Amino acid sequence: MTAARTVAVVFRREFAGYFASPVAYVFLIVFLALAGAMTFFFGSFFQRNQADLDAFFVFHPWVYLFLMPAIAMRLWAEERKTGTVELLFTLPIATWHAVMGKFLAAWLFAGIALALTFPIWITVATLGAPDHGPIIAGYIGSFLMAGGYLAIGSCLSATTKNQVIAFVLAAIVCFVFSMAGAEVVLGPIRELLPAGSVELVSSFSFLNHFAEMRKGVIDLRNLLYFLSVIGVFLFATVLVLDLKKGA
Amino acid sequence: MIEVQSLTKHFGPIRAVDDVSFSVAKGEVLGFLGPNGAGKSTTMKMITGFLAPTSGTAAVCGHDIRHAAIAAKRRIGYLPEGAPLYADMTARGFLNFIGASRGLSGADRAKAVDRVVDMAQLSAVLDQPIETLSKGFTRRVGLAQALLHDPDVLILDEPTDGLDPNQKHHVRQVIDEMAPDKAIVISTHILEEVHAVCSRAMIIAQGRLLADGTPAELEALAQRHNTVTLRTRALPPSAERAGLARLEGVLKVEEDGETDMPSFRVIPRDGAAVLPTVSAYVTEHRWEVDEMRLEQGRLDDVFREITTGKIAAGGAAAGGDTGREAAR
Repeated sequence: MTAARTVAVVFRREFAGYFASPVAYVFLIVFLALAGAMTFFFGSFFQRNQADLDAFFVFHPWVYLFLMPAIAMRLWAEERKTGTVELLFTLPIATWHAVMGKFLAAWLFAGIALALTFPIWITVATLGAPDHGPIIAGYIGSFLMAGGYLAIGSCLSATTKNQVIAFVLAAIVCFVFSMAGAEVVLGPIRELLPAGSVELVSSFSFLNHFAEMRKGVIDLRNLLYFLSVIGVFLFATVLVLDLKKGA
Repeated sequence: MIEVQSLTKHFGPIRAVDDVSFSVAKGEVLGFLGPNGAGKSTTMKMITGFLAPTSGTAAVCGHDIRHAAIAAKRRIGYLPEGAPLYADMTARGFLNFIGASRGLSGADRAKAVDRVVDMAQLSAVLDQPIETLSKGFTRRVGLAQALLHDPDVLILDEPTDGLDPNQKHHVRQVIDEMAPDKAIVISTHILEEVHAVCSRAMIIAQGRLLADGTPAELEALAQRHNTVTLRTRALPPSAERAGLARLEGVLKVEEDGETDMPSFRVIPRDGAAVLPTVSAYVTEHRWEVDEMRLEQGRLDDVFREITTGKIAAGGAAAGGDTGREAAR
């Protein structure tokens, strides 16, 4: 069986799993409510009097900081808790197929949540004449950023069988990655590590890369950045799972 | 079909499985016996590729579990301990998922699912979510899942645990029917099950293989194997009683001192067959015998004696473990 087919088998089961319980619907409602509330109350969507979605996108990293770990926490912790991980890994499926299938399911689910925010795009297009370029770039950037957070969540979910621990660890690591360009993270780095490392660390910031994208710049470097974050953390997930196996 | 070589697993300082080697051929049903925590499940988890061995290896149908894990897993059907299943799926959805992940699709998969649903008698609950099923049905879904691809090697960790007597009987029947063309390993601590389904049994304690043989061979290891018990109507003269103990092959005679119903246990040396000698002696001296019985030694006794280190068997030393066992 080809790799793509095994990945697809895991993906389908996992994706259906989100909708088998009310969790999916609760999540979608909370996400839409939060994204909307942030935009209108904190982002002053109407008062800004500008036909763009910057007030909407600017809060995405903060909404994702909590909601993406919430999607990702169950990926592996739940399997380990219920013991089904033993079933999964004694099927003729390579570890990375399972990691990939599960991640893609979580990512598509996050993508659906993001896509359901389309009324706000319609709103701004009705009320004014927005430049659709930055909006499309913003959606692409937001989706990629969600993937980054989910990959981090997947990796930390693999380390434990406790979903709460998985959530908290993922939220912390996601926070560090979001704020890598800000003083809260750079301060300690400056103290502890050699001078050159500050720039290196700040270049890992989700916020900076996403900020460029929502301004309408789809730079190859930004795309590559998010895709590498996803790749690195999925690879780390495979390593953690193999380590747990005692290899 | 299964070759296990010096399989060893350490969890930190604990040796869960310690240098275990054996092989299972087609047509054999091997029963793994052992106290809880003996290393049965860990051994199974290594053979099925869920845990990597610390050292040693195993091969399934010629595929090494360390270097050709996927090929080995294709040939194995595995029911993990406690039958963990995706509780949110229906039994049908779950079996379809297992089929798909084993590369079955379309009509082949439908046929395979129908076959195992029939074998495990699941048709009544096929469209119910697994979380709503009773323990017996859950276990049977787990069994069906392991049989779906008609594997050459079947590894079942406590397949009848938590089932009622009828369901146990049914599972054993299913295993019996499949036995001739598969290599099957089951773990259990129900000893009657060994007689019911196993052609061979192994006793494991503290990660070590302590005995390996047919159920009858294991019973022969019991200290009471071939002991002759007899009850007489009246107490025979003491000279005659002493003569009994001097018969060839007799280690000692235990007397149960009640005078109105005296009974004697003639314990043979090294399990020798003393029944004919005893019987001849008794006839010769005209004892009025009410009852004469040959004890085969029960598997329970052998199990307890071996796992607590009272007797060594199968060439593996069991002494020295007694203290550790007692401390557990």
